[in-house]
Amino acid sequence: MSGLQIDKLSMRFDLPNGSSVQALQDVSLDLKAGELLSVLGPSGCGKTTLLNIVAGFLAPTAGRIVLNGKPVYGPGPERGMVFQQGALFEWMSVRENVGFGPSMKGMPKAEKARIVDHLLDVVGLQDFKEKAVYELSGGMQQRVALARCLANEPDVILMDEPLGALDALTREKMQGLVLKLWKETGKTIILITHSVEEALLLGERLIVMAPRPGRIHKEYRLPFAEMGVGQDLREVKKHPDFGTTREEILSMIWDMEEEIMGRTEDA
Amino acid sequence: MGLLGDLWGELWAVLMTLVSAAPYIIGYVLLILLTMVIWSGIKRLLTPKHDYSSLKTVTFGDESAVSSNTVASVVSVVLIFLLWAAFTGSKLLPGFLHAPGPFIGEGSFTYTITTPDGQSDDATVSVVVHPTGQPADAPEVEPGPGIAKNDSTAIAVYRSQLLRVDQNDEMGRDDDTFITAINSQPIAPGQSVAIEFGRVAMSDKGTLNIIPDTGMQMEPIWLPAPEAVWTRLGEIATTGYRNSTLAEHLGYSLFRVIVGFALGALVGIPLGYAMGLSNWFRGWFDPIVEFMRPVPPLALIPLVIIWAGIGETGKIILLFLAALWIMAIAARSGVSGVRISKVHAAYSLGASKWQIMRHVIMPNSLPEIFTGARVAMGVCWGTVVAAELVAAEKGAGMMIMVASKFQSTDIVLMGIILIGIIGFSIDMLMRWAERILVPWKGKG
Repeated sequence: MSGLQIDKLSMRFDLPNGSSVQALQDVSLDLKAGELLSVLGPSGCGKTTLLNIVAGFLAPTAGRIVLNGKPVYGPGPERGMVFQQGALFEWMSVRENVGFGPSMKGMPKAEKARIVDHLLDVVGLQDFKEKAVYELSGGMQQRVALARCLANEPDVILMDEPLGALDALTREKMQGLVLKLWKETGKTIILITHSVEEALLLGERLIVMAPRPGRIHKEYRLPFAEMGVGQDLREVKKHPDFGTTREEILSMIWDMEEEIMGRTEDA
Repeated sequence: MGLLGDLWGELWAVLMTLVSAAPYIIGYVLLILLTMVIWSGIKRLLTPKHDYSSLKTVTFGDESAVSSNTVASVVSVVLIFLLWAAFTGSKLLPGFLHAPGPFIGEGSFTYTITTPDGQSDDATVSVVVHPTGQPADAPEVEPGPGIAKNDSTAIAVYRSQLLRVDQNDEMGRDDDTFITAINSQPIAPGQSVAIEFGRVAMSDKGTLNIIPDTGMQMEPIWLPAPEAVWTRLGEIATTGYRNSTLAEHLGYSLFRVIVGFALGALVGIPLGYAMGLSNWFRGWFDPIVEFMRPVPPLALIPLVIIWAGIGETGKIILLFLAALWIMAIAARSGVSGVRISKVHAAYSLGASKWQIMRHVIMPNSLPEIFTGARVAMGVCWGTVVAAELVAAEKGAGMMIMVASKFQSTDIVLMGIILIGIIGFSIDMLMRWAERILVPWKGKG
């Protein structure tokens, strides 16, 4: 069985003050290989916890993750991560960063160099190969992070707000790049974002999560990612369904936020 | 109450010392301010700068607009040497720049004695003030007529002399005949009278104390002139001091520091890593490290001497202990400072624990370790000098300590300057190594 199954995942942990938090409750998802899922939700809805469990950094209290038929127990190279920022190794050059995964596997130099060169071409950083990563702009650093993740040939790419720290223009360009990479590599991608527009543009599937306990509130299947591949994303945003879906999700999240605020005020 | 009273007394003495030094300090500051005014005048004549900083209108309070003024630094250093030379009468400076020196040469004053029956007579005292190390004889003088007879004496510069001028007089204090005036100015026991080359004071018993002017220059025994220190440096560099050449003294000190520091780092860094990576190690060493860190290494000197003696072993143990805790804490915070996303990313890229250690944790902690190493080297250098002050057969600290016992201020000064230069060079070297080896410092 290929693809990624998230099976009745629950996560509950105790706080030092004796109370406990139900971060996730019965979250189930079935992702086919090559699907692009974006995850939206107000803060505290457990998006990042979900991603960390899939990555294997956290163990769920109930439920399990199955990737290609094998249950997941810890971090592994078949699930690559792209973080918001600061996860590059600043003591390595761009080339060394991208080649990190292959190096860890002990891949022969020539083969590694070929992979790194190819990926740097794909993300458009061939000229910056020998630069230190801290000399690059934020957008370029995220390109390096994407290339580094792809160099390892993961089955699933987990993105935790990868574009969150970028300015609006760079962000738009990078969204195009993510779509392009998704289409070209056929990877399964889970993307966590705060931006509803980004989630709509990039998510073939989209889930909106609700907080306390963290759970899936609503799921969408969207045509925009498919439409956006190789296209001007601004054109996609003009699609009438895009606007209505965006408004729907925004008011949904807005209501959740209001509810949280109300509950805190009551307390 | 007794303690508080004592402390108050001490505080008062310290404040009084400061107050007496105040004119000199104020003079120094005024001199610096004067050069500042002069320089801003010169700058106005030069082509004005048009860089970004010079266009800022708000500079007071803008830290980024404040940079160290090179001219001020040069003035600062030059002025220190200038003042040093001026107040020691250095031959490197033209005479007009010297602070007023002590009186050297011949002078005389007259004294008047008055007999019980109201008779009085004058006599002259001739004084020769000679430089230290060039003794001169008291000039030959005719006794002269009258009851009071002329006297003469020779005094070394910066010294004063008690002189019973009435000893050779026909009538002395045993005959109730007393000195009543100096240079026709009345004097009584406990008072003093200014004369052209200094002061004459009278003791309670009526003996004159001749105090030639000492001027404002420092006696070499307090502060030798720069050239004297320089000459002494050459002398000790070639012939050595206390059975060892200068290179041996400094070499031994450096050897102790380097070996002690290296051993401290060798043990401290893995210890710090272990503390940063394992709860058990953290719990095990936290009490030890946290207790030992605030103990000044100097406080360990007595114990180390008792245990290991004053030889090399003892000193190296001391420096090892001085470096150990600093390096352990630096390595620990280097490990703790690694961003979890970097470690997560490395795991997701398939790295093993050892690979994470080697490729993520170690390089990530290097900047912290370098900072720790700089601190540790500074502490070690200070500690070695102090340990040598206490007990050593060779070493920079031993050299200045022994020299101070023999009042060889020039060697003491030379040693302090060399110790400062070496300490500064060590720090510069560490900074340079840091720039070369961890260019990513602060860029993460």
